[in-house]
Amino acid sequence: MSLVSAKGVSLKYGGTLVLRSVDLSIEAGEIVTVIGPNGSGKSTLLRALLGAKEVAEGQITRKDGLRIGYVPQRLAVEANMPLMVGRFLSLPVRHDKVEVRAMLKRVGMAGFEARQLTELSGGQFQRVLLARALLGEPDILMLDEPTQGLDQSGVAGFYQLLEEVRQEMGCAVLLVSHDLHVVMSASDRVICLNGHICCEGTPTVVSAAPEYRALFGAGTLGTMALYQHTHDHSHEEHGHD
Amino acid sequence: MTNLWMPVLAAIGLALATGPLGAFVIWRRMAYFGDATAHASILGVALAVAGILPLYLAVFLVALIMALIVSALHGRGHTMDATLGVMAYAGLSLGMVAVSFTAQPEVELHDFLFGDIMRVTSTDLWVIWGGVLVVLAGLVWRWAPLLTSTLNEDLAVASGLKPRREQLVLTLALAVVVAVAIKVVGALLIGAMLIIPAAAARGVSRTPEGMVIVAVLIGAVASVCGLMASVQWSTPAGPSIVVAASLAFGLSAMFAKRR
Repeated sequence: MSLVSAKGVSLKYGGTLVLRSVDLSIEAGEIVTVIGPNGSGKSTLLRALLGAKEVAEGQITRKDGLRIGYVPQRLAVEANMPLMVGRFLSLPVRHDKVEVRAMLKRVGMAGFEARQLTELSGGQFQRVLLARALLGEPDILMLDEPTQGLDQSGVAGFYQLLEEVRQEMGCAVLLVSHDLHVVMSASDRVICLNGHICCEGTPTVVSAAPEYRALFGAGTLGTMALYQHTHDHSHEEHGHD
Repeated sequence: MTNLWMPVLAAIGLALATGPLGAFVIWRRMAYFGDATAHASILGVALAVAGILPLYLAVFLVALIMALIVSALHGRGHTMDATLGVMAYAGLSLGMVAVSFTAQPEVELHDFLFGDIMRVTSTDLWVIWGGVLVVLAGLVWRWAPLLTSTLNEDLAVASGLKPRREQLVLTLALAVVVAVAIKVVGALLIGAMLIIPAAAARGVSRTPEGMVIVAVLIGAVASVCGLMASVQWSTPAGPSIVVAASLAFGLSAMFAKRR
């Protein structure tokens, strides 16, 4: 059985339909990357798969007792909430101190237990979020643009760490991203999203697909072309739906 | 000197509940939530004065309905700020108009706006402490889930929690606290007892639990000091307690800045 699957799912954000008729499923141990321009509905899809967002249509099924490790895009910690890293890792489930220490070391944050969350830099925070997600021994890690706001070396370092811990733990990974050049090679499957699933397949298949090229431009792997993305679905008119 | 032990017990009881609940009000940025609920409770006073329901029950029910409405609005995003403000004052004014219709000249509206702590009875004490213990039990029971969903709702969902249920726990707790506080500090100052001790505790705390404990201590000390000052200088008791808590906030702010 798939870890999580969506069948004919449509999602609304506010009153607007942002995603329609999405079918997808994620198997144990798989690495799936969802890419798409801003506003393409990728974060909304992730939240729906997580169970934090109601579907407007269709159905989402999660395996019974599925353990999800979620790493949000960014966590705005209320400045009035004093919370140390060690305690945060034990919310809501308490973890052994030794376990917490080892996990912090694993993500390169050794000795940060007593640091306040509000004192962490962006990169440190993402590593702490990853540590918290991993402590729950997840069947699947769900990451929502986990490297947004990090500099280039920070991004590379984070993905390297992600790749290492995934190999150690063998969990599935569902990654929402637009850092195409970094993530695509490691993925089993890439899903290209823009209001619906434009195309999907192995990284090579997707990067060669006309729908993908229409979205991100030909030969733009590794460039910043998608930030200027204004394409409005011309491929739809070729009977894509 | 007036016998102070009943008022002191009432105020300390209230501080026990407003400490942790106030911390959540601050962490979740729900200050208006507390105000709207508390102000509307005057409508409950009107029901009690008209003899329809006993005071505590009436205030609790009105506070609960208001808290549920406000909580639903709050979930719709930050644009509800103005609406919450409108509801807070609409509730307050509607309550005062309703009380005036009951035409009971001996009713001192003042006592319900600012509390009448010097005249709490042993029955009041039972109700206050009963309510406080219920609130504390609920908050302790849901502590880790509440903290998690306060941090981030999606994170809580991923951990298998239901943030809406946690929100409901807080909503219920708030309604109980408003009901038991009506005689202690009154409808207008309940919000102050929620926010000021917790805000004062923030500057000197490094953990959420520490912040709650310090907030309770500050609330309790402010209660005793405020009551003593009130007797000494014949000042109104409820406002005196709030002034004492505000002084604690000032001290804590200076201490936090110096660190």
